[in-house]
Amino acid sequence: MDSGRRRFLQIAGLSALGLGAKPVLDAIADNGNQFKVGPKAKLAKRWAMVVDVKKAKDSPEAFKKSIEACHLSHNVLSKWKNPKHEVKWIWQAKFEQAFPGEEHKYLQDYLRDGLKDVHPVLMCNHCDNPPCVRVCPTKATFRRPDGIVVMDYHRCIGCRFCMAACPYGARSLNWVDPKTAIKELGEPVNFPTNREFPERTRGVVEKCTFCSERLAVGLEPACVEASQGCLAFGDLDDPNSPVRKLIKSHFSMRRKAHLGTDPQVYYIL
Amino acid sequence: MNDPGKLIAAIVIIVVAASLAFPLVYNKAKAGAVPDFTSVLEPLKKEKKTCVESAAYMRSSHMQLLNDWRNEVIREGKKVYVSNTDKKEYEMSLQNTCTKCHTSKAQFCDKCHDFVGSAPKCWDCHIPPIEKPEAEKKTAGRSKIDG
Repeated sequence: MDSGRRRFLQIAGLSALGLGAKPVLDAIADNGNQFKVGPKAKLAKRWAMVVDVKKAKDSPEAFKKSIEACHLSHNVLSKWKNPKHEVKWIWQAKFEQAFPGEEHKYLQDYLRDGLKDVHPVLMCNHCDNPPCVRVCPTKATFRRPDGIVVMDYHRCIGCRFCMAACPYGARSLNWVDPKTAIKELGEPVNFPTNREFPERTRGVVEKCTFCSERLAVGLEPACVEASQGCLAFGDLDDPNSPVRKLIKSHFSMRRKAHLGTDPQVYYIL
Repeated sequence: MNDPGKLIAAIVIIVVAASLAFPLVYNKAKAGAVPDFTSVLEPLKKEKKTCVESAAYMRSSHMQLLNDWRNEVIREGKKVYVSNTDKKEYEMSLQNTCTKCHTSKAQFCDKCHDFVGSAPKCWDCHIPPIEKPEAEKKTAGRSKIDG
């Protein structure tokens, strides 16, 4: 009995030593800084976007330009023969579709006169509490530390759990390969539009990525760049960022915030 | 034929022999001579271009390297690779870095992948460089992995 206890303590002590040694060994095994963040990369603690619909009433084409810029730079096909196959990263919708439950009988007057019927632009909200990430069985979609909800198409198995979980309809499945879809269309379409960015293939889900690939080289998101100032992008953690300034000076809304997803696209209406 | 032991042994031998012979018979029609890579690599050697790592490492381990690149870029948000060979820095991108020197998918990817019967799905999404006309003639059309 006595030797049993001694043996147990010996093993426990050795195990503790082993656990303590692991981080040391990891540090030795680390092959230096072989992978680095690019020198121009934009970094933030919490990326967020502000959609200034009020401002867009003076430049009614701004949101259309944003949508076009996004889809051109990410090789998102603009035309589909079968509308059910449509893939979209960013789109416009009526107020009552974007903010269901917030409409009332006399709101139309304001939307018509105050906003000149400019429809808000919608996209992935890069939620702080993203339901799509929670349900993804392969971790193909995940939340980066800076808040961007990313897709890793290599891991996506096309199960569409994320599409069911997302309350914003921000995700699209590639029912057909875009290359096949062009052939179905039967008319010449310039595609791929950006040869520096990948396409997608049949059976993967895609969505807005807050242009993580552009941020990595120091560029603003494509939609923001094309928006004539109607979209603002920046670090929510920084009080001097354009998004914080807008949120400070205007009343802002978020889509379906009551669902608890903590969306990070703010609307000024 | 009343000895079940022998019968079972015979069946096992036949099945094993058939499964061993199958790949040889199956590939007999397809497998040609080992592809000649000198014509592909010679121009790059002349320009004294070096790859991100040594040629031997790239030949044996480019798939692991690309896998690491993919994970670092997408999952860690890191875009720059520091070469072990010469400490030079490269953007980690199959589409925007590799294909800048390896300008022909048919010559650099398909030639060997077809020979070894490997069909990676890289180009289902990543856009290969536009093939120059002479390279197209040699391979007669696009490969099966192009989807």
